[in-house]
Amino acid sequence: MSNMITVKNMCLWYGEHQALKNINVSIPEKSITAFIGPSGCGKSTFLKSLNRMNDLIQGVRITGDILYNGKNIFDSSVDVNELRREVGMVFQKPNPFPMSIYDNIAYGPRTHGIKNKAKLDDIVECSLRDAAIWEEVKDRLKKNALGLSGGQQQRLCIARALAVKPAVLLMDEPTSALDPISTSKIEELSMKLKENYTIIMVTHNMQQAVRISDQTAFFLLGELIEYGNTETLFSTPKDKRTEDYITGRFG
Amino acid sequence: MKDEKNFFEKLVHSIFLILGLVTVGCVLLITIYLIISGIPAIKKIGLVPFLFGKTWESTAEHASYGILPFILTSIYGTAGAIVIGVPIGFLTSVYLSKTAPKRIRGIVEAVVSLLAGIPSVVFGLVGMLVLVPGIRKIFHVADGASLLAAIVVLAIMILPSIIKVSVTALDAVPEEYENASLALGATPIETYFRVSVPAAKSGIATAVVLGIGRAIGEAMAVMMVSGNVANMPGLFQSVRFLTTAVASEMSYSSGLQRQALFSIALVLFLFIMLINAALKFFLKGKKE
Amino acid sequence: MQNYKFTKKRNMYIMTMRLLMWASAAVTCSLVIFMIIYVFIKGMPNISWELLSGEPSYLEEKTGILPDILNTVYIVFFTLLAVLPLGVGAAVYLTEYAKNKKVVGVIEYAAETLSGIPSIIYGLVGMLFFCQFLNMKTSLLAGAFTLVIMNLPTILRTTQESLKTVPQSYREGAFGLGAGKWRVIRTVVLPGCVDGVITGCILSVGRILGESAALLFTAGFAHALNGIFEGMWSSGCTLTVALYVYAKEQGEFGVAFAIAAILMVLTLLINLSAALAEKYFKRRRTV
Repeated sequence: MSNMITVKNMCLWYGEHQALKNINVSIPEKSITAFIGPSGCGKSTFLKSLNRMNDLIQGVRITGDILYNGKNIFDSSVDVNELRREVGMVFQKPNPFPMSIYDNIAYGPRTHGIKNKAKLDDIVECSLRDAAIWEEVKDRLKKNALGLSGGQQQRLCIARALAVKPAVLLMDEPTSALDPISTSKIEELSMKLKENYTIIMVTHNMQQAVRISDQTAFFLLGELIEYGNTETLFSTPKDKRTEDYITGRFG
Repeated sequence: MKDEKNFFEKLVHSIFLILGLVTVGCVLLITIYLIISGIPAIKKIGLVPFLFGKTWESTAEHASYGILPFILTSIYGTAGAIVIGVPIGFLTSVYLSKTAPKRIRGIVEAVVSLLAGIPSVVFGLVGMLVLVPGIRKIFHVADGASLLAAIVVLAIMILPSIIKVSVTALDAVPEEYENASLALGATPIETYFRVSVPAAKSGIATAVVLGIGRAIGEAMAVMMVSGNVANMPGLFQSVRFLTTAVASEMSYSSGLQRQALFSIALVLFLFIMLINAALKFFLKGKKE
Repeated sequence: MQNYKFTKKRNMYIMTMRLLMWASAAVTCSLVIFMIIYVFIKGMPNISWELLSGEPSYLEEKTGILPDILNTVYIVFFTLLAVLPLGVGAAVYLTEYAKNKKVVGVIEYAAETLSGIPSIIYGLVGMLFFCQFLNMKTSLLAGAFTLVIMNLPTILRTTQESLKTVPQSYREGAFGLGAGKWRVIRTVVLPGCVDGVITGCILSVGRILGESAALLFTAGFAHALNGIFEGMWSSGCTLTVALYVYAKEQGEFGVAFAIAAILMVLTLLINLSAALAEKYFKRRRTV
């Protein structure tokens, strides 16, 4: 298994405040990697650095390297829009556009220049099938996406991300706003998607990390404390702080 | 003692109730006065000849009172102002709400509210001396005082309402929509026009309707630049709007002519009520 | 992958949109700046002490705008005097007393309707009702009453907005001390809406200064120099109406531009004070 993303000596500042300290990590392809840690530990910030969504926040400064497929994403030759297409993102709160289901999915492909109706129809169906929501919405593609339930909206957002054919999916606590049944559907879906995609997921829920992830990274106060195989990390943590966290002593 | 206090509180309550109802009274007063004074002339002239008559010769020996020229001029003038003013106002709002640096946004917003505060006669004055001669020279027409001049002045005058309301609507678009679009690899500009603008569409529609209301109701500035002759509308024709038809003859009118002016005001009022209803519809849509 | 290359078409779209946005904002700003500069260049040379302090006379062939200035001051003063109790009272009723949602709805709808009615219609109804029916003749008083109706929604809205920011706990605190409703309103609610009232006044002054269509047939266009009491009962034009009369009826553009320049300065001052007031009240509220 080769590494999809390699991060070397990465630091991040919000103005004067250093939010991430010297992160080094390699993320293998076609697997699920979970980021855990208490609120404000920097795991979400780190996730958003991987597709440069942090560029949009004023006063953010990053040093070090993030290599995607061996290429530094901060290199001036990298087109940030192309990067974001290849490294897709699913947000904490389901955020479908206030348009029809069809238009939501077609938005990305259209943006990237696909105008052909048959081709778009194809992409829409494929993406919705991959996100395991096709059966539920196939009769109401022209209806407003905001009419779906929270769990359906989140799967729609995953389908929307898949529609631009990314290689990586970043998921920022994708189930924290959902009920248990919807949560398990998203988890199932993630397990299936890892056959074709590299998934990186921030989660607050340690059971979720254990259930679905292959690797886990534990963040604390802007540092990557421990990173490794999920089973190993949860059964025999090397660091005292990791042990304290996963046994529920803080956070 | 207690009764006295109760009585006093009730008295205060009723005073405030009356103050509150003054507003309603004003609306009723205006509506009733317009209907009462507007109906007689329509009855005498006949509804169809009044609304669809093509000639207005109120001072001729055999006077004819057809206000179709005014109605059409008001509609064309407003439509023209919208066609010019809305794109400029809309693009300015997207710039202000989404891409302008904070300082520039502050300055431009101050300039826009200044524009809103300039009295309409000043627009008319500048229009008379800059725009009217300008049109005469550029288009080689005999007189620049025309529908075109009125359209340009109206387009400028409706800019502030359009910009202010659209900016508020665009500011209210949730950041999540924009983030989702950016994360799909759309550039910021693509995101603003393809996600933020559609998400703010009911607010922008409200802005347009407000602009229509302002344009159709404006009298003085239009009076000063439109030439004020009761022609059927043409871009370079000297024309009269519903508003200016009322204003230009009121001071010397009498008899049926005067009553017909009230009828014109009634027609204008109905237009405005229609626009209000549209406005209410869009505002309601926004809440849902 | 080839499909997804950042196409030329996409680049063109982005550049065009960016350019159009820039151009629109630039057009908007330059229009305003042009108007200000043009009016000042044309108007400033015509402003003199004689103009400001004199009255027009056909016999001596001189013009002066002192009567117009005074008329404007009278009408602003009188309109505010009458509209404030009405507007504030209505706002207090809506936020403090009204329990019936229907009544609130009707009053608010009426206010919305009023703010959408064009000023020429106000002028017409003002003429019919105040000048003719109430027999006020063409006078500043009739003009002022017409403006009262026009500005009612403005004062109502700003006051209502500021009343909504008075914390409910203040009212509860006062009621808890056994104060009657009127006492609570007088001591707690009304002081809390001062900022809304002031903002409303600034906006109204701006509207009154700029108004012409509603005044043409109600206040008339005489230029006689009067004291406030006789002035209110006689016909007289404000600066804005005077501008119209000089420019359109008499073709005296020098005086018209002088008045336009004065109106521009006043508009600038009003916008400035509105901005300052907003800033001041915002800071006070957050402290």
